[in-house]
Amino acid sequence: MLDFGILFPAVLNGLTTGAVYALVALGLTLIYGVLHIINFAHGAALMMALYGVYFLKQYLGLDPYLALLPMVAVMFVGGYALQRGIINRASHGKDENILLVTLGLSIVLENIALLAFKSDTRTIDTPYTLATVAIGPAMIAVPKLVAFAGALVTSAVLLWIVRGTDLGRAIRAVAREKHGARLVGIDVDHVYAMSFGIGLACLGAAACFLLPAYYVNPQVGNGFVLVAFTIVVLGGMGSFAGALLGGLLIGVVESLGGLWFGESLGQIGIFLLFIAVLLFRPQGLFGAKA
Amino acid sequence: MNLLSPRRDLVQIAVFAAAMGVLALTTRSGVVLNFAMMALYGCLMAQAWNMLGGYGGQFSFGHALFFGTGAYVQAIAQLQGGLNPWLALPLAIVTACLVGLLIGALSFRYGLKGSYFALVTLAFAEVFRILALSVPFTGAGVGLMVPLKEGAANMQFGDRRGFVALALALVVCGLLLTTWLRHSRFGAWLQAVRDNEDAARAVGVDPFRVKLGAIGLSAAFMGAAGAFYVQVFQYIDPGIAFGPHTSVEALVAAIVGGLGTLWGPVLGALVLHLLADFTRSLFGGLPGINMIIYGAVLILIVMFAPRGILGMGQSVRGLWRRPASAPAATAPSREATRG
Repeated sequence: MLDFGILFPAVLNGLTTGAVYALVALGLTLIYGVLHIINFAHGAALMMALYGVYFLKQYLGLDPYLALLPMVAVMFVGGYALQRGIINRASHGKDENILLVTLGLSIVLENIALLAFKSDTRTIDTPYTLATVAIGPAMIAVPKLVAFAGALVTSAVLLWIVRGTDLGRAIRAVAREKHGARLVGIDVDHVYAMSFGIGLACLGAAACFLLPAYYVNPQVGNGFVLVAFTIVVLGGMGSFAGALLGGLLIGVVESLGGLWFGESLGQIGIFLLFIAVLLFRPQGLFGAKA
Repeated sequence: MNLLSPRRDLVQIAVFAAAMGVLALTTRSGVVLNFAMMALYGCLMAQAWNMLGGYGGQFSFGHALFFGTGAYVQAIAQLQGGLNPWLALPLAIVTACLVGLLIGALSFRYGLKGSYFALVTLAFAEVFRILALSVPFTGAGVGLMVPLKEGAANMQFGDRRGFVALALALVVCGLLLTTWLRHSRFGAWLQAVRDNEDAARAVGVDPFRVKLGAIGLSAAFMGAAGAFYVQVFQYIDPGIAFGPHTSVEALVAAIVGGLGTLWGPVLGALVLHLLADFTRSLFGGLPGINMIIYGAVLILIVMFAPRGILGMGQSVRGLWRRPASAPAATAPSREATRG
């Protein structure tokens, strides 16, 4: 059972899936860390991004990896507008309101997709969809490998933005102490919207890396969003390194769980893990920053 | 007007029950009766959500958990226990209540609040949905069908008026319980915990026990709604029982009407069902159109009228009563507790 020839590919597979989970979770954790809100519409936004990549490929013949630039830009602008136009206005200074509004957004987006695109599951065909490479005893699909690399690069870019730029300094200031940030002249609403935009931009990137080896339907976001919440909580709310490690960990756990317990029980495992983490270790496995 | 006296609430409830009763007895129109039945059923769910969300301030995103529990117990008790539906109903209510207490004990013991509580209830509902899909006694993905045996003794009324009466009875129970929450010591504790948990604890209220009581009551009524669903449609499957649709409907109706009020959930459910019927007549049975409406209404209400339709009404009345120079509104939470 614990044969290396079975285990190694499963772990590798889990790591590549986990990298994409991490990418989705990074956006969520950035939004949580700065705005202190849970973006319930995160899964729906990912679903919209996946449809975007799908239609770019189907109608314009644009390769998903080339769609990276337009998708990231569109998702960023969409996120910025959503935060400034709807979410910020609806909050009235109460977290519950943001929770409700993002819930409302996710319901609307998901059902608009259902109305417009039906519940069909769609996939795209690329020359490299079925290509594989051998790593040791394992055969790994090329798109998954690209997704893994892409997730790492995106995380690095994100870290650079937050640690190394003026915007990042403002974001960290607002996350730490928004009144103080306002006093020293930072436009808090702008920073909020920028953070939300960057969070959704991560989803744009995730969608481009995901679709060549995955599918899209109106409900596709739901699976990811709970996994992403689990990762964010597991990694410590608002922590980037935690989200990255948590994502990889969940990917491996899911892959090994599927190996031993079968698919549907593996799914339950994620939820039970999520509940257990929320109940017993809400500060996260790796300990969140204060 | 003595705010502590429940008399005004009781009079309003009596008038409501009488009016609905007269409507049910006199009308022959199937459309009207059907509408009344579904609206009352929506009221029941919204009331259940309001007990915990409105008076307790704990926002659950997974109330389908209790709905589905009630529905499955109602169906399984009849199919496998051979129980009469009238006996299955209390069993369904008690089981849903117990599940509520269990979830509440877990979440409140570990101090889950706000977003965390919403997430954990959602996750529990999903766990139950996947379990219902995988274990044999729920009929898995096929669902459970309750055989047609018409008769009042069997809680399967050939005449819609029977179901309207049953739903009305349950809604009136909900209204009476809400009245109790508004005027009793327990209700005062609950609202104190909602408004400021630390302050409530400082004056000797035990937030854990108070919230536990609220989730138990809320779950019991949600379970009753689930059992009612099974009696009307004689069918249940994991998606209907534990899917997000019922959670969303209960929550949106309560918030649209006005949280923490006696009549908010009733009004909210009525408005939502009117909207749903209106869009159905416009667009036909397009998939997902109802949920789009619910989601959009939720966003609009939170943006422009966070205290719901009743809250809007109060603000307008307040404009009439106060001179323009007086300070505008008092604290929203205090206003919201008056109905």
